[in-house]
Amino acid sequence: MSHRREEFAAGVRDTLPLLLGALPFGLIYGALAVTSGLSAAAAIAMSALVFAGASQFIAVGLVAAHTPVAVIVATTFIVNLRHMLYSATLLPHLKLLPQRWRIPLAFWLTDETFAVTIRRYHRAEASACAHWYQLGSSLAMYLNWQLCCIAGMAVGERIPDAAGWGLDVAMPITFIGMIIPFVKTRPMGICVLTAGATALLTQGLPYQLGILVAALAGIAAGMTAERVLGKPKGVRPA
Amino acid sequence: MSAAEAALIAGMAAVTFGVRYLLFALAARVRLAPWIESSLRFIPPAVLTAITLPAVLLPRGEWHLSFSNPYLLAAAAATAAGVLTRNLLATIAVGLSAFFAYRLAALAFL
Repeated sequence: MSHRREEFAAGVRDTLPLLLGALPFGLIYGALAVTSGLSAAAAIAMSALVFAGASQFIAVGLVAAHTPVAVIVATTFIVNLRHMLYSATLLPHLKLLPQRWRIPLAFWLTDETFAVTIRRYHRAEASACAHWYQLGSSLAMYLNWQLCCIAGMAVGERIPDAAGWGLDVAMPITFIGMIIPFVKTRPMGICVLTAGATALLTQGLPYQLGILVAALAGIAAGMTAERVLGKPKGVRPA
Repeated sequence: MSAAEAALIAGMAAVTFGVRYLLFALAARVRLAPWIESSLRFIPPAVLTAITLPAVLLPRGEWHLSFSNPYLLAAAAATAAGVLTRNLLATIAVGLSAFFAYRLAALAFL
């Protein structure tokens, strides 16, 4: 029992820095939501039920542009396809858990929780309770997101140009912090450079499809590099 | 909440949860080929970089390759801090500070 609590607490603790990055991002979502014409109830419900920062952000922009619901839903699907890559990566670690664990952990899967948790699963000391770590990270992200969105809505109602401050810088900054620990080997460096370059070349594609194309190019480049250079010995995957 | 808003949120929630849950639902029946399993490690940095680099170099949807681009400035500061300190909190704090320092300086002097 105490082991579970330790894992849970460690998951919360390791996620704390990422809350700092999500904070301005949540604030700006709330601020944008109230200026986009979305009702307060809908803005809160979206955070509570969809819980996907990047696509909520895009959805609010599309709502402001009077985009049809079906197009917004389709865009959300494409933008969130990367989560399928995440769940594939987590699969070996979660497949023995009952559905009552798999369902909530899937609902709460975000870039941040994934990046923190996969490093826990890859760490040398395996634990039968490592999913409690993921639960701790998930709940920390979820609670923080709800509070930031509500705070952002309050700010957005008082300060009309809050969205223009550039708080959206928080997402790339946070992601940079999340990328760096992964880049320990040359194939990983090649993967990142390829993904970045491809993303720049494909950024004109509709519905953010470039993200997916770039990710696949990066993965292919990394695997090819690994085959050519040989697997690094003694280095555990990040 | 209007009916259109309810439909929007229900649709977004359904596709988002569907994408996140599909493989977990099938977990016991899915066997990944070894080459797919070895590709999984590359996924997180590849996806995150693909989101990050355009957000920094084309912050408003247009190329902005100059140090008068506060997003690029903040990203460069964060990368330097991340490589030097290997500390996530320091990376985010330095990046955000650089961004807002630039914004304040621009307000004061321009």
